[in-house]
Amino acid sequence: MNTLKSLLRGNARQYGMVIALAALVIFFQFQTDGVLLRPLNVTNLLTQNASILILAVGMVIVIVARHIDLSVGSVAAFTGAVGAILMSKHDVPWLLAVVICLAIGLAIGAWHGFWVAYVGIPAFIVTLASMLIFRGLTTVVLDGATVGSLPENFLKMGNGFLPNTNITLVLGALLCLLLVVLEFRERASAVKYNFDVTPAPLFYAKLVALVVVIMAFAWRLADYRGLPIVGLILFALIGIYSFVTQRTITGRHVYAIGGNVDAATMSGVRTKRIDFLVMANMGMLAALAGLVTAARLTAANPKAGTNYELDAIAAAFIGGAAVTGGVGTVVGAIIGGLVMGVLNNGMSLMGVSIDWQQTVKGLVLLAAVAFDVWNKRRTAGGGGAGAEEATPPPPTALAEELSAPAGA
Amino acid sequence: MTSPLLQMQGITKEFPGVKALQDVNLTVQRGEIHAICGENGAGKSTLMKVLSGVYPHGTYDGDIVYDGKVVEFKSIRDSEHAGIVIIHQELALIPELSIAENIFLGNERASRGIISWDRSNREAIELLARVGLAENPLTPVKELGVGKQQLVEIAKALSKDVKLLILDEPTAALNDDDSQHLLGLLKDLQDKGITSIMISHKLNEIEQISDAITIIRDGQTVETLAVGGQDGPVDEDRIIRGMVGRSLENRFPERTPQIGEMLFEVSGWTVKHPQDTSRTVIDDANLKVRHGEIVGIAGLMGAGRTELARSIFGRNYGSRVEGRMVIDGKEVSLRSVPAAIEAGIAYVSEDRKVLGLNLLDDIKTSISSAGLGKLRKGLTIDEGREMTVAEEYRKKMRIKTPTVTEGVNKLSGGNQQKVVLSKWMFTDPQLLILDEPTRGIDVGAKYEIYVVIQQLAAEGKGVIVISSELPELLGLCDRIYTLAEGRITHEFAREEASQEALMRYMTTKDRASHGTGRDASEVAR
Repeated sequence: MNTLKSLLRGNARQYGMVIALAALVIFFQFQTDGVLLRPLNVTNLLTQNASILILAVGMVIVIVARHIDLSVGSVAAFTGAVGAILMSKHDVPWLLAVVICLAIGLAIGAWHGFWVAYVGIPAFIVTLASMLIFRGLTTVVLDGATVGSLPENFLKMGNGFLPNTNITLVLGALLCLLLVVLEFRERASAVKYNFDVTPAPLFYAKLVALVVVIMAFAWRLADYRGLPIVGLILFALIGIYSFVTQRTITGRHVYAIGGNVDAATMSGVRTKRIDFLVMANMGMLAALAGLVTAARLTAANPKAGTNYELDAIAAAFIGGAAVTGGVGTVVGAIIGGLVMGVLNNGMSLMGVSIDWQQTVKGLVLLAAVAFDVWNKRRTAGGGGAGAEEATPPPPTALAEELSAPAGA
Repeated sequence: MTSPLLQMQGITKEFPGVKALQDVNLTVQRGEIHAICGENGAGKSTLMKVLSGVYPHGTYDGDIVYDGKVVEFKSIRDSEHAGIVIIHQELALIPELSIAENIFLGNERASRGIISWDRSNREAIELLARVGLAENPLTPVKELGVGKQQLVEIAKALSKDVKLLILDEPTAALNDDDSQHLLGLLKDLQDKGITSIMISHKLNEIEQISDAITIIRDGQTVETLAVGGQDGPVDEDRIIRGMVGRSLENRFPERTPQIGEMLFEVSGWTVKHPQDTSRTVIDDANLKVRHGEIVGIAGLMGAGRTELARSIFGRNYGSRVEGRMVIDGKEVSLRSVPAAIEAGIAYVSEDRKVLGLNLLDDIKTSISSAGLGKLRKGLTIDEGREMTVAEEYRKKMRIKTPTVTEGVNKLSGGNQQKVVLSKWMFTDPQLLILDEPTRGIDVGAKYEIYVVIQQLAAEGKGVIVISSELPELLGLCDRIYTLAEGRITHEFAREEASQEALMRYMTTKDRASHGTGRDASEVAR
């Protein structure tokens, strides 16, 4: 029981957000007389929020590395505009246009990375500048007008679905299988190293809940038209970036520079390179979000992506990222983004006006971070200061034990 | 004879687990310049913090009698109200504000909450004249050099009607001219009836201006010497004897050094200040470490110990680094920390919370953080092996923790230091530079760290130990370099070194002849 408590306490914000998300879903499900979880609406939830969620994936990494990117909305609009012009005015094949746009996004991100990492200008300033620059350039590129008539295949990035609804169910099952295998492997290694593990009943309960939620979600989607293409893109991104941040050396280094950049430098982390990569990556994801937005709206317009950066930042913070850096996960940011998405969607269904929606979202953001600050203060009071300087062991006995392996 | 201005009687101050001051007495006569001497960590600054109310009344034992009355300061404001002003080593000026604004900060010349700039500037000019600083009071402080900034601090103190001025290492960052000017100013203020307490490591300056000297060692008063009074003239040797007069107890594990081939050598190592390239921080240093050898660097705060170490560690500090570096007979040029780690150098910093650890990490990620390359498995980190490695070090170093997934912020200082040492041992270095490896650690944990250091040497690695505690260097090292103001002033073999001799070369700028140095290296072998 103790382990459960400490587990909950250590990850209070993340667990808290999962619970909050579940509560929200249940609340709106009742308030909207079951409209929220209708197949069409579940599909809408995914497609409408996809751009923000894609941005949140990159943004949480930027925030973990103790930076911020205010330009993503403008960069998304700009790359979407360039893509639309290429496809509709210059007849560039859609796949080539997508690649070109991603490259442009990457270049813009690299530009940010250069100023942030190698010149040392705070990311807030660099990306604030870009926010203005690329909003302006978007209007220039589009000549102030909306550009439509985009290729059919490209539009599928925003509105398309996997061809056969059964594929959706199969993919859902595969995802369940993968997650269950990963969970078991992790548990096995924890047991191997004699760590406290979640009590078995709870562990299985968690697995069952996971499988039920995923399959229910897949079934709802399949009931409409299957998994949207954009959903596939999103799940791929979540998988890839979770892997990179949690399992690779580069990912570890991102957390290291966010936690203590000086200590990271002294440990041989090439901090500037990491800063650069993180910003560059964000630029590329912003371009992807821009393309998805253009595809969903079937056109590029000068006002696309307005305030996307704020939603993405809010998603990361609601999902557990720390303002000071070093803390946050991709999955957390996605949950944070979904909390906001469900709030938006649920309130819209209930007929709440857009002004009140904004107000509620603002309060949720503040409450989430305040809860975390409060929770941290509470747990820090428990063990930290009192644990300092325990009674030293008798020196001689230690010396013998310590020198034993050296002599052998 | 009039009554003393200040009497601190039986002051005892405890921190959790450490007695910082024990029954300390300090008597300061009216109108004198009173110097306080002691090694780093002896308790000088703590004593001054007690006096100035940084540690409020009630958090210490003993009485403070000031101007004939027992006083109970609750905060710095209280003590300043009574005319006691402390000027810290780290200047507390705000660079972007003007001289006048800084002088009256927190004490603004105002009526009904509105600042009177006329009055501020007029009074600032008067104060600047008193400290002999010919500057426009509207000049931003950032445009002044350190010496002039120090004078602004004193002007600020004078604006508060100071009776007792406390200066913590006032000349540490100053050049000779500025130092002399400052000392002259203290003399002037003395003539005008202002009493001063000066903490300093520069014994020649103390000898030059003080009327009385109190020596503190290990949190206790050793003695107070009245200069030119019944104690007669006091010279540097006399002060040094008081500062270090301590026996070497049996605090170090037994060891028979097995010293091998030359491992590491720097020569002509010169480093400039990273921002101010006209300042030489390390001046033509020559340093050698053999396999299996423990080499000490003794130097006072500000001598350039950490700067030397960090410039060696992939030029992590400084600009325009010049000199040759040879590792195992091959000349190398290490221009980044990763390159230094690759070349087998490890640097354990003096401030483990700032440079050593990411306090958000758990123990296992801290231990692996400098050697992640060794845990690479395809694209990923081999987390199973990471765990095994962390467990190995937990057992080997006796890190007291339930599991290695515990956060490092939960550990005591000694255990944190063991985590940092583990982290560097995991990179499998040939040369370890340990900067103040036992600072802020209790006695038992110190012993364990010493055992680890000796074990590393026994494995044939070279170890450089930087320490403020001379007994630690004497108990641990085969050879000791002294460093003063960026220069290596002497090289001692273990047998030749004593606390007095080390202290002498730590407080001088003059370099001993090179011949002696080479001999010492041979003796050590």
